[in-house]
Amino acid sequence: MFVLVEMVDTVRIPPWQFERKLNDSIAEELNKKLANKLEDAYVFPGDGASHTKVHFRYVVFHPFLDEILIGQIKGCSPEGVHVSLGFFDDILIPPESLQQPAKFDEAEQVWVWEYETEEGAHDLYMDTGEEIRFRVVDESFVDTSPTGPSSAEATSSSEEPPKKEAPYTLVGSISEPGLGLLSWWTSN
Amino acid sequence: MEVKDANSALLCNYEVFQLLTDLKEQRKESGKNKHSSGQQNLNTITYETLKYISKTPCRHQSPEIVREFLTAMKSHKLTKAEKLQLVNHRPVTAVEIQLMVEESEERLTEEQVEALLLTVTSILPAGPETEEKKAPSNEVAMEEEDPA
Repeated sequence: MFVLVEMVDTVRIPPWQFERKLNDSIAEELNKKLANKLEDAYVFPGDGASHTKVHFRYVVFHPFLDEILIGQIKGCSPEGVHVSLGFFDDILIPPESLQQPAKFDEAEQVWVWEYETEEGAHDLYMDTGEEIRFRVVDESFVDTSPTGPSSAEATSSSEEPPKKEAPYTLVGSISEPGLGLLSWWTSN
Repeated sequence: MEVKDANSALLCNYEVFQLLTDLKEQRKESGKNKHSSGQQNLNTITYETLKYISKTPCRHQSPEIVREFLTAMKSHKLTKAEKLQLVNHRPVTAVEIQLMVEESEERLTEEQVEALLLTVTSILPAGPETEEKKAPSNEVAMEEEDPA
């Protein structure tokens, strides 16, 4: 689920860091820019700092399509089951991709697999904290950089405040044998 | 910032575990506590990722084990992505093989699936959870912890 990405960037090392080993400073600057969130670096031309062009490889969490992952259920909502890997939180399994038939229990706020046996339906609850095995079926990248005046005009008619979107989200599915809560499939 | 190659290599979880563990050691040795917000982000993600991988079978792998596993896998004719999932998850049941190997019913006979499971479970060490579930016999515990 991790890949190496090769990148090139110009890294600015502020003057007061010159006494440190160059590689350490560069690594720290790049990590500041990239680790956990994407921020735009600011540049002051002619400010006396050194600018170094750096080729580097960065480890990125990027599962491939159809990859099987194991995470933890963060919670349920009418939108589906929310799953987290600890270091990555934005995974959703929509209702249509759950084991069917499924129903949303409003009182408990939990999705339930109405597993059918010869004796009748057996309710299997998708509780928070449970480990869940799912398949990655889709991903979306949302540009979170600040938008210019033109898009502000386009959204001015909307009354809702702009929603903060995660830059990268995954859509999962558990509608196959072996997928869903690990406890559903372990034989004791 | 420019991306030169968005997919220059697929990493197995063990490689990332190793990388982050080394990084953690390096930062401990450098002594200075870095509390800048950028470093905090890196610390958080390092910590959470290490925590995640530590709960999987990857925690007990080594370069030799992964190499031995890939060599043993040659005869099974699986794709890179399939082998990657096997090494990351260490499946123990046929249904897990079906999930990770595309069209496994067409490509593998029942005997081949059994053989695959045997290769996986004999070469790759079990995860921390599986160790807990095993009978508390000392002999068994020692076999599991001893890297091949």
